[in-house]
Amino acid sequence: MELYDLSVHEMSDLIKSKKISSVELTQVILDRIKKVDGEIGSYITVLEESAIKRAREVQDKIDKGETNSPLAGIPVAFKDNICTEGIKTTCASKMLDNFIPPYNATVSHKLFLEDTVLVGKLNMDEFAMGGSTENSFHKLTKNPWDTKRVPGGSSGGAAASVAAGLAAFALGSDTGGSIRQPASFCGVVGMKPTYGAVSRYGLVAFASSLDQIGPISKNVSDCALILNAITGYDLNDSTSANVNYPDYTKSLQNDVKGLKIGIPKEYITQGINDEVKKAVLDGVKVLENLGAKCEEFSLPITEYAIPAYYLISSAEASSNLARYDGIKYGFRAEKFTDLSDLYRQTRSEGFGTEVKRRIMLGTYALSSGYYDEYYNKALQVRTLIKKGFSDAFEKYDAVLGPTAPTTAYKIGEKSEDPLEMYLGDIYTASVNIAGLPGLSIPCGMDSNNLPIGMQIIGKPFDESTLLRIGYTFEKNTEFHKNRAKI
Amino acid sequence: MEYEIVIGLEVHSELSTKSKIFCSCTTEFGGEVNTHTCPICTGMPGVLPVLNKKVVEYAVKAGLASNCKIAEYSKQDRKNYFYPDLPKAYQISQYDLPLCYEGYIDIEVDDVQKRIGITRIHIEEDAGKLMHDEWETGSLVDYNRGGVPLIEIVSEPDLRSAQEVKAYLENLKAILEYINVSDCKMQEGSLRADVNLSVRPKGQKEFGTRTEMKNLNSFKAIIRAIEGESARQIEVIKSGGVIVQETRRWDDNKGVSYAMRSKEEAHDYRYFPDPDLMPIVVDEKWKEEIKNSLPELPEARKKRYISEFSLPHYDASILTSSKVLADFFEEAVAKSKNAKAVSNWIMGDLLRILKEKEMEIEEIPFPADYLAKLIELIEKGIISGTIAKKVFVQMFDERKDPGVIVKEKGLEVISDESAISGIILKVLENNPKSIEDYKNGKEKAFGFLVGQVMRETKGKADPKIINKLLKTELDK
Repeated sequence: MELYDLSVHEMSDLIKSKKISSVELTQVILDRIKKVDGEIGSYITVLEESAIKRAREVQDKIDKGETNSPLAGIPVAFKDNICTEGIKTTCASKMLDNFIPPYNATVSHKLFLEDTVLVGKLNMDEFAMGGSTENSFHKLTKNPWDTKRVPGGSSGGAAASVAAGLAAFALGSDTGGSIRQPASFCGVVGMKPTYGAVSRYGLVAFASSLDQIGPISKNVSDCALILNAITGYDLNDSTSANVNYPDYTKSLQNDVKGLKIGIPKEYITQGINDEVKKAVLDGVKVLENLGAKCEEFSLPITEYAIPAYYLISSAEASSNLARYDGIKYGFRAEKFTDLSDLYRQTRSEGFGTEVKRRIMLGTYALSSGYYDEYYNKALQVRTLIKKGFSDAFEKYDAVLGPTAPTTAYKIGEKSEDPLEMYLGDIYTASVNIAGLPGLSIPCGMDSNNLPIGMQIIGKPFDESTLLRIGYTFEKNTEFHKNRAKI
Repeated sequence: MEYEIVIGLEVHSELSTKSKIFCSCTTEFGGEVNTHTCPICTGMPGVLPVLNKKVVEYAVKAGLASNCKIAEYSKQDRKNYFYPDLPKAYQISQYDLPLCYEGYIDIEVDDVQKRIGITRIHIEEDAGKLMHDEWETGSLVDYNRGGVPLIEIVSEPDLRSAQEVKAYLENLKAILEYINVSDCKMQEGSLRADVNLSVRPKGQKEFGTRTEMKNLNSFKAIIRAIEGESARQIEVIKSGGVIVQETRRWDDNKGVSYAMRSKEEAHDYRYFPDPDLMPIVVDEKWKEEIKNSLPELPEARKKRYISEFSLPHYDASILTSSKVLADFFEEAVAKSKNAKAVSNWIMGDLLRILKEKEMEIEEIPFPADYLAKLIELIEKGIISGTIAKKVFVQMFDERKDPGVIVKEKGLEVISDESAISGIILKVLENNPKSIEDYKNGKEKAFGFLVGQVMRETKGKADPKIINKLLKTELDK
């Protein structure tokens, strides 16, 4: 196994035992990026010089015994919608192609304090809108398992980079499935934490009531380690939760005995690929054999999750993205006649098709006369979805199903049909709507040798149970050890 | 036909909190362009607002002082529109659940009391300021003011004249100053009003169609705008026209209003709850704490002045109309104990000089105890009333202790009889004609001679002594 294929835990052990330095490890990752990222296209910005410089500083701290962070010296990359002071943060949009934030996101700051080494910023669907990373202004990102296929999205760059050994782990963001679905497509582990568990300060907003930052890693143990570093109450984010955050590594127990797990019928009946369904149900059997009590139940409101999600997220996006007006920063159209033309030209040229589609949809949903019919109705559905889950959690410790209805599809296959693409969020979007934690882990391969993901959904702030189930599954299966051949 | 004017006001007042409503930048007025800013108040990608608790406290204070109910639960909404001074392209305001509602303020016009309803008071953020460069083709934006907290106080359409509006605004301004939540400096834009105005034939119950005039920032402009716009509406109706519901811009220099946009062209602000902020909860305990922290309000203070100091109603009203003035009055009274005299000096000379010099009450240059000292000098007979008026002017101009002025210029009353009789003898020697006139029974001549003595002594001689000695001398 190559160094770049190791987990964070393994890398950390090598660094701690002085078998390798952070500088060497960072160089391995940078070399790997040079070698294969031309083909994968996961990075928008690679910080060649500053990463090595930073690795030297961190190694110095390690040598002097000035850090005991388990993430010290680990090369990491962020999705390009997480603000990094002095480093371009483009959201994969022409609109912010030249934007250099004057401040750090809370998570950037936290991982800096953990002595990680930032290697670069990752490709994504423009403003995190999309499920294939085809909506990037910069480039396509390809699935490391099959470069004719999409890596999923919107955190496609993040999932592909981890799957291809281009970063030890990555941070993505998830508004309707944007961490879990690409993790599933790329055969890695992705966690969307409970809404409020990770500060959104410095995450360029798509839909404020749904957005959440989370880790993409090679296994569940790494996921726990990263959660320890990024979760927590933040005074800069009013929606951040002031609760006790546990040590997530404590939940890494190989034991699911007696855990009650519900499988929504609606998640495994309609519109799901047979191979995906089989892999997920096989996964359920694995857990059952280990003593978990699994049963099917009905989550009837599932079919309304997609329309509610697209109304709420687009409504919020239409307002959140209004600030990109060509006045203060970012792109400004060269030719315009007056102020409203400046706005019109800047926004017409600066945003891509999908972003414009959602801004228009959201603006419409909030317009007077349509507000009650669309936005308000969506909020009512939101309440029902929350209720559906809280009822389920009266009976179950966790809810389990597929992460996405299919495995990675071919580039261009769905990009012409937004509705088809939107349906890919069917199992993930409702988790954001309800504000719950969701973990996607590899649970099989299809006949095209593409990874299949299984999603475990938990009670609010009960990431621990998800990690415990995921960890147990990993300890008893081999899927997480699969690596893309690239 | 006689017409009645119907007016409702939306008053925006900047709160005098130290920091802005959603970030820790200073709210200080002025400052180099774009220096009181940060990523949050300039709407950088990724930033989030965190509500300043003081803003809620100040707004609740304003609500309680204007007899409002306080919402236990309220929320903040986004008002979406594009303009360069609005960095996020939405203003965080409150839409359907304001912090305060259903209050009132009492006013008095021509000795008639009237209660003006307050529909609501809500909190919101101020916008930046566009600066149009006359030599360049473009405009620049200064975001120093962006994110400064505002309250919007919306009145019921209860006002019927420019005088009532003036009285309402004065009372409102006084209340906000008293509770110390806003400095209400109109020239700095910290108090601005939108005027909603319609007219109707006297006696008619239904309201006429209204127009709105935005961002009037002086009492005078508001009064003139009301007079101008009501005259325009009456004229339109009289000549058979119809009033169009629209927003108009008042040009105070030209004294006319222009149509800006009609109801059809009005913005659809697409209000929706701001998902970045949590609901505002004001529980009973907090409300009580704020209530207990309220100072004596203008109305109560006025009543106290009438009963405690036996001041006339009018004087009490003027003195309490400004907290600064009332505090000045009370400070002087505390020292001099002569409330009537203090009131007279303030009502007369002080306000007159301020007006002549176009100065604000906040700009009174000398401390209140100087006025007390001045009154004491008169009471002790050290200076005459006439001299006191001159000392007052100097005290105002030079910020000097009146005692020092009197000493330096030797203005003490001359009550030394021998000194005065010497001057009398000199005056009589120079005016034999007047002596003759006096002896022939011309009383005027006596007054003339007194005046001459006063002139010689530069007004410092005690008039009673002059009278006595002059009479003795002439009657010899």
